[in-house]
Amino acid sequence: MPSLWIANARVIDPAAQRDAAGSLFIRDGKFVPSLTAADKKRARKLDARGLVACPGLVDIHVHFREPGQTHKETIATGSRAAAAGGFTTVVCMPNTSPPADNAGTIQFIKDAARRANVVVKVLPTGCITVGMKGQALAPIGSLQRAGVVAITDDGDCVQSNELMRRALEYAKMFDLPVMDHCQDASMTVGAVMNEGVVSTRLGLRGWPHAAEDIIVARNVILAQSTGAHVHLQHISSRFSVDVIRRAKARGVPVTAEATPHHLALTEESLGGYDTNFKMNPPLRTEADRRALIAGLRDGTLDCICTDHAPHTPDEKDREFDFAPNGILGLETSLAVSLGVLVRQNKFKLPFVLDLLTRQPARILKLPAGTLAEGAAADVCLFDPDEQWTYDARAGFSKSANSPWHGQKLTGRVKSTIVDGRVVFADGRITT
Amino acid sequence: MSWNRRHLLTLEELSAADIALIHATATTFKQILGRNVKKVPALRGKTIVNLFLEPSTRTRLAFEMAAKRLSADVIAFDAASSSTTKGETLRDTAQNIRALGAEMIILRHAAAGSPLYLSRILDIPVINAGDGAHEHPTQGLLDTFTMQEHLGALRGRKVVILGDVLFSRVARSNIHALTKLGAAVTVVGPSTLVPHWFTSLGVTVSHDLRSALADAEVVMLLRIQHERQTAGMFPSLGEYTSVFGLNRARADWLNPRALIMHPGPINRGVEIDSELADGKNSVILEQVANGIAVRMAVLYLCAGGDPQKIATSKD
Repeated sequence: MPSLWIANARVIDPAAQRDAAGSLFIRDGKFVPSLTAADKKRARKLDARGLVACPGLVDIHVHFREPGQTHKETIATGSRAAAAGGFTTVVCMPNTSPPADNAGTIQFIKDAARRANVVVKVLPTGCITVGMKGQALAPIGSLQRAGVVAITDDGDCVQSNELMRRALEYAKMFDLPVMDHCQDASMTVGAVMNEGVVSTRLGLRGWPHAAEDIIVARNVILAQSTGAHVHLQHISSRFSVDVIRRAKARGVPVTAEATPHHLALTEESLGGYDTNFKMNPPLRTEADRRALIAGLRDGTLDCICTDHAPHTPDEKDREFDFAPNGILGLETSLAVSLGVLVRQNKFKLPFVLDLLTRQPARILKLPAGTLAEGAAADVCLFDPDEQWTYDARAGFSKSANSPWHGQKLTGRVKSTIVDGRVVFADGRITT
Repeated sequence: MSWNRRHLLTLEELSAADIALIHATATTFKQILGRNVKKVPALRGKTIVNLFLEPSTRTRLAFEMAAKRLSADVIAFDAASSSTTKGETLRDTAQNIRALGAEMIILRHAAAGSPLYLSRILDIPVINAGDGAHEHPTQGLLDTFTMQEHLGALRGRKVVILGDVLFSRVARSNIHALTKLGAAVTVVGPSTLVPHWFTSLGVTVSHDLRSALADAEVVMLLRIQHERQTAGMFPSLGEYTSVFGLNRARADWLNPRALIMHPGPINRGVEIDSELADGKNSVILEQVANGIAVRMAVLYLCAGGDPQKIATSKD
C-alpha cells in the first residue's frame, strides 16, 4: 500500500485541539508526523485544498440488518453508506434476525464484516437479554469474549427494573457499557408519533415524552447505585435532557446521544403522514429540539449518532400506522449536523466534529476518532460549503427511507480513508 | 361559489365557503329527495366503489344510497371476503379497483391519513368515509347541516361535544366545521379522553358536565367504547355513566330547546338514556336522513358537478 499525503487541508483533530492548515501523512495505515523525501515521491498525494480533514466519523448506533433482514441492508451495503457519509467506524445494534444474543451470531457478524466488500470498521453489540425478550440475561461474558463493544436490547428496552439492575451489575464486571433505548412500553402501546398538539390534530396515537423520561431516570438511578456505565440512546425529550444534566452534575456514569433528525426536525413535519418521518423515539416539539441542541452545547449530551435504520420502499409505502419505524442517516449525518449546529446555532466546527468522532469513540472506548501519530489512519475529507441535492435512491444504502430525500444540503464528504486506504472518493466506492 | 377539489379528505382543509357550498348543494338534493322521483341522472354511468375496510352501517348505506340517487353504479367492497385478508396492501387493492374501472373511491379505514395516502396514488377522487381517529368529513358536514336546519347560522352558537373525544374522528371533523362556521365548541368528558391538547384546535376543554351543559344549544354525544375501559382510560362504563352519562335528571341542566345529537351507534344507557335519545329534542334520525343529501352533494361536487346546474330530469 503506497503512503498517503493529504496536502493543503484544513486539518481538524478535536482530540488534540488542532485546527490548522497543513498536511496529513499516512504510512502503513497509520498517521506519521512526516514522510521522507523518497516516500513523498512515491506517496499518493491528495490535494485537499478547500477541504477539511478530520478523523473518520464514528457512529455508535446503526442497524445493518445482517443476519436475517438483508433485503433492507447488509453489512456490505451499510458499510458503503457509512463510507459515503464519511464514517470509518460504526457500531451495529443486535436486533437482527436472529438477535445477536450469543457468541455464534457475533462470530457470524464479525466474519461478514471482514469480507473484502465491507469498506469500514463494523463492530457488533450483543443483547442484554436472551432474544431481546427482557426475561433472562444473555451470556454477556461470552458475548464480550466474542467481541461485542457494548450490550443493548435496542428497541426492546428492558422493562424489568430488577433485570436491568442485574444486567448493569453483571456488565460492570466486564467493564462493558450498556446502551439503552429508553422507552416504557406500557405507555406507548400503539404509539406512532409524539403525543401532543400534532398527534391530536392528526388522530394518531401519541408516544408521550414521559415514557422516555421515566426510563432515563430509572437508568440514572441504576447507574448511580451500581456504578455501571449506561449510555442513553437517541434522547428526544427536553425533560430527559434535564434529568441527564443533573445526573452528570452528580458524577453519575451516564452518557447520551442525539440524532441529526431529532436535532433538525420536529413533529410538525408529520402533517402529510409521510412515513419517512416515522421513527422511534418520534420527532418531538421545537422546545425539545432546542433542548437537545443546548444539551450538546453544554456536554449533557455526548455525541451524535444516526440510528441508521433502513427499511425498503415497499415496507415504508404503507398507511402511517402500519409502516415500520426508522430512517436512514449515514449519508446525511454530517451535512445535517453542520446545518443545524454550525450554521444555524453557531457551534464551532471542531466542536461538532468532536461530537461525531472522538466523543462516540470515547463512550465505547474505541481506538478511533483521532489523528494522533501512530493511530489507525481513518480520515474524513469534506467540503463544508458544497451544496448538493441528496438522492436517497441513488445512495449506497440498500434502502431509501430518508426525510432528506430530494433536499438541498450543504457540506459534502469528498473522500473517506480507512487504515490509510481510500475507500470512497468523488461519489464512488473505490475499493 | 365554486368547487375545485377532486377529493374530500378532511374538513380541516376546507374553507367556510367550501362548507357552505356543500350545504347549499345538499339543500337542493334534499328537496329532490322529497319528491316522488328521488333519482337524478347526475352521475349516470359513473362507477363508485365503497371501499370499507372497517365495519360501518350508517355511513356505508348512506353513501350507497347517495350514489344510487345520483344514478351512479355503486359497488360495495366486502373487506371480510377480500384479498386484504390475504395481506394485499392498500395500494395494490386500490390500484386493482381502479384498473377495474372505478371512477371514485369512498374509503373507510382504521388508519389515520390513509385517504390522503390513497389520493396520492390514484388519479380519481377519494372520499374519506372515516380514517382512524382523524376525520369523518361527511359526518361533520351532515351534523352542521342538521344544526343549521334548526338553528340557522351557527356563528356564536354554543355546541357541546361529549364523550370519547380523543379517539373520535367525528369530534375532529365537527370541531373543524363548527369553528370555521363560527360556533363556540366545548369538548367535555373524562380528562383521559378529553386531553387539554384539544384547546389547540380552537375549542374549550371542560370536565364539568353541568356547567358545560348550562348554555349549550347543541349537545353532541359520542359513543363510549368498552375497549377504552380495558385500556385504563376510565374505571368502568358504570362510572362513566354516573359522571358523564346524559339522563333525565341531567337534562334539567340543559336549555329546554337544546338539540341532542349522536352520530351512532348509540350505547343506550351508557352515554345517553333512551328517553333522551328518542325524546323531542333528539335529531338523531334527522342526522341519518340528512346523511344522504349531504353525501349526494359531496359525490356530485367531487365528480366535477356544477352546483348551479343540478340536473333534475327523470332518469
